[in-house]
Amino acid sequence: MGKQIKKQRIKVPEQDPNARIHNFNEVALGYTWDLAIEEASRCLQCPYNYAPCIKGCPVSVNIPGFIKKILDKDIKGALEVIHTTNALPGITGRVCPQEEQCEMNCVMGKLGDKINIGKLERFVADKAREMGIYADIPQVEKKGKKVAIVGSGPSGLTAAADLAKMGYDVTMFEALHEAGGVLIYGIPEFRLPKDIVRYEVKFLKMLGVNVETNVVIGKTYTLYELLDEYDAVYLGTGAGTPKFLNIPGVNLNGIYSANEFLTRINLMKAYKFPEYDTPIKKGKKLAVIGAGNVAMDAARSALRIGYEEVYIIYRRTREYMTAREEEIHHAEEEGVKFMFLVSPIEFIGDENGHVRVIKLIMNELGEPDSSGRRRPVPIPGTEFGLEVDAVVFAIGQRPNKILYQEVPELKTTKWGTLIVDEKHRTPMKGVFAGGDAVRGEATVVLAMGDGKRAAKAIDEYLSGEEWPEEIKQKNFW
Amino acid sequence: MFEILDKKELAPHIKWIRVNAPLVARTAKAGQFIVFRLHERGERVPLTLFKWNKEEGYIELVFQEVGKTTYELGTYEPGDKIMDIVGPLGRATEIENFGNAVVVSGGVGAPIGYAVSKALKDAGNKLTIISGFRSKEFVILEDEFKKISDELLITTDDGSYVRKGFTTDVLKEYLEAGNKVDYVFTVGPVIMMKLIADITKEYGIKTYASLNPIMVDGTGMCGACRVTVGGEIKFACVDGPDFDAHLVDFNELMYRLKEYKEEEKEAMERYLKGGA
Ligand SMILES: Cc1cc2nc3c(=O)[nH]c(=O)nc-3n(C[C@H](O)[C@H](O)[C@H](O)COP(=O)(O)OP(=O)(O)OC[C@H]3O[C@@H](n4cnc5c(N)ncnc54)[C@H](O)[C@@H]3O)c2cc1C
Ligand SMILES: Cc1cc2nc3c(=O)[nH]c(=O)nc-3n(C[C@H](O)[C@H](O)[C@H](O)COP(=O)(O)OP(=O)(O)OC[C@H]3O[C@@H](n4cnc5c(N)ncnc54)[C@H](O)[C@@H]3O)c2cc1C
Ligand code: SF4
Ligand code: SF4
Ligand code: FES
Repeated sequence: MGKQIKKQRIKVPEQDPNARIHNFNEVALGYTWDLAIEEASRCLQCPYNYAPCIKGCPVSVNIPGFIKKILDKDIKGALEVIHTTNALPGITGRVCPQEEQCEMNCVMGKLGDKINIGKLERFVADKAREMGIYADIPQVEKKGKKVAIVGSGPSGLTAAADLAKMGYDVTMFEALHEAGGVLIYGIPEFRLPKDIVRYEVKFLKMLGVNVETNVVIGKTYTLYELLDEYDAVYLGTGAGTPKFLNIPGVNLNGIYSANEFLTRINLMKAYKFPEYDTPIKKGKKLAVIGAGNVAMDAARSALRIGYEEVYIIYRRTREYMTAREEEIHHAEEEGVKFMFLVSPIEFIGDENGHVRVIKLIMNELGEPDSSGRRRPVPIPGTEFGLEVDAVVFAIGQRPNKILYQEVPELKTTKWGTLIVDEKHRTPMKGVFAGGDAVRGEATVVLAMGDGKRAAKAIDEYLSGEEWPEEIKQKNFW
Repeated sequence: MFEILDKKELAPHIKWIRVNAPLVARTAKAGQFIVFRLHERGERVPLTLFKWNKEEGYIELVFQEVGKTTYELGTYEPGDKIMDIVGPLGRATEIENFGNAVVVSGGVGAPIGYAVSKALKDAGNKLTIISGFRSKEFVILEDEFKKISDELLITTDDGSYVRKGFTTDVLKEYLEAGNKVDYVFTVGPVIMMKLIADITKEYGIKTYASLNPIMVDGTGMCGACRVTVGGEIKFACVDGPDFDAHLVDFNELMYRLKEYKEEEKEAMERYLKGGA
């Protein structure tokens, strides 16, 4: 054959940075059929048992398998290959940190660029959606048992889908008015169009899952009531409670948690105010504190609603940033300015209680801390002020305790995360948990993996497996 | 969807509605609230539960038309449907038999304080209600309050009904007259709650205030509702809405409530022009 394998990745068309900062449309436009085939043909089709890409994927997607189906132009086939382990490819293909997972050890990396697995996965999901193709709905015998899922983020969605496919009667409860968790209220439209999330929720309903929005477990129903009504319960309640730094001025107007800022924009569509009723303050200069995915999303959203200068303020250095590479790159292209080795120490407001200046201090990196990252140490005498109209905190989140604050049987770690064993069992019989509620802030695909494992464990429990006397805590981080 | 079953205007721009919401009615307790969203483009807005009926599955709300969303809700008639209602949210007010309890409310705080007043009475307290209104035409719930209280002291800012003065004047006089008070619950304009707290602090009376910061989700997810209580950041929607009034930073709450003044005005003007 002697066919030359292309060393370079096939580029994904993207919206021009100058244009895209004025709209909320998706940045990466995705492969066309021709481009997808070209990229797919670069894959060496490593054998299933060996393929390092599969080993790097937390839900073990059969990557060469679905890539082969793309080459055969068989979208339904490709979707089915992916769906055996991953029910949300349109989402993971967009938001997984592929460079640390499936793509990390791709063999093609030794010859040239690694295969763009994420974008190919996304291609399959997008084409299926455009063509109105859904994965087959298995005809299974009903088990006559009921499972409640609390929280409709990726973890709950995955657990619900798997349990429904096994024949359980599944009801999913969501506190907000729309299902999807962070996928709906947090991750912006320009990175994950909400229609994709809605399509996945629709598929879930086609599987027979009953989706109840506007229900807060712990308030509308207690967990005890759910246990009376259902044979098992899965808690996928996420890590939704934002952290603030308790420094002077933190409650001034114009200082938001990333959750509030992003929820106003994404879930409530404040970028369309006043056509939509929820407002968001607009100004010229905004600073985001933190350097993860959440921080990039807040910074890039700020540009899109009209802020002219947007800063990322990070206490460590560039190499410690936790955001996905693609997001950092996109943020830079769009003109977000990065300030490293600085920490806020105070916010100063005007006479109306609105933030005007952040007082910052420079850091140097000291000894590594328990996470192995070098700890930032403030340098005395280096304080300076940065003028701003708004500040967004993106320094992390804790699990929301609205559900379990009155359930002493559930145990939490000192970080507020739920304690579970390797089968996602909590100390409360019949109650399982996973995703960010257990891991703290993690990723979409890890939350999905938990949902999957928990669904299997729930099936085993409801098929007669004993509940252990004592829950041996497993660390998921 | 949540159907409006009945509606009344209690005073100019103050409306009462009864809404079908069986899940909320099922577990509602005094001091809790709901968050509603009128339609697809709507904002999420909190309202306190006024009354509820578990058997018949409805809740009752009283609201003042102050901006776009509450004005629009005011146009909804029986048979119309509200898209989303979630609740009951927040912690229920801690009710016990304190002895002599006083509920001080201002304006539309009256209906917000109604459920708590009733619960205090039911718990065996001797209940005094001090209720202030701008003027005679804004006086609401007088009969309802009479029914559940041992003593009802109404006052109007301009003296057009019963007497002239603010609720703070009435409470001061009441305490100066030597009445023994064991517990005060206050709800209404922030400045009023602050001044009430100042008075009861002097007398060392346990006092709780029902706070009304701007909220988005109402489930502890956004932090918009954060208030400073005893030097700590609290989220009013999950840690409150009631807090020890002597520990609340009311000044901060006052400026935080003004955050969206310009946008609220823009939305209202657009709405009145028929642009909604
Ligand atoms: C802005 C942002 C950007 C991110 N970007 C990425 C990314 O690019 N890639 C990536 O992999 N990960 C990313 N993450 C992380 C990822 O979104 C989370 O790890 C993931 O969503 C966790 O899923 P989950 O199902 O555990 O919980 P969540 O998605 O948090 O969903 C939990 C749901 O439970 C509901 N809930 C909570 N309590 C109750 C209750 N008592 N009753 C009823 N419902 C309740 C909540 O309302 C919520 O909808 C990002 C996170 C944020 C905030
Ligand atoms: C827990 C809680 C319970 C509440 N219960 C009731 C109730 O039972 N009855 C009732 O009439 N109102 C209640 N409120 C206040 C009500 O939520 C606001 O009046 C409403 O959000 C205004 O929305 P809008 O779009 O009509 O007006 P907007 O355009 O949002 O605001 C118009 C005016 O109202 C003020 N405002 C905005 N939000 C609030 C707020 N949260 N509290 C006070 N003033 C505000 C603004 O400063 C502005 O002057 C409650 C608030 C909270 C937080
Ligand atoms: S689920 Fe994520 S890690 Fe796995 S193949 Fe897809 S993009 Fe890669
Ligand atoms: S490791 Fe790379 S080349 Fe090998 S199968 Fe996976 S994607 Fe293809
Ligand atoms: S309203 Fe969002 S945390 Fe309270």
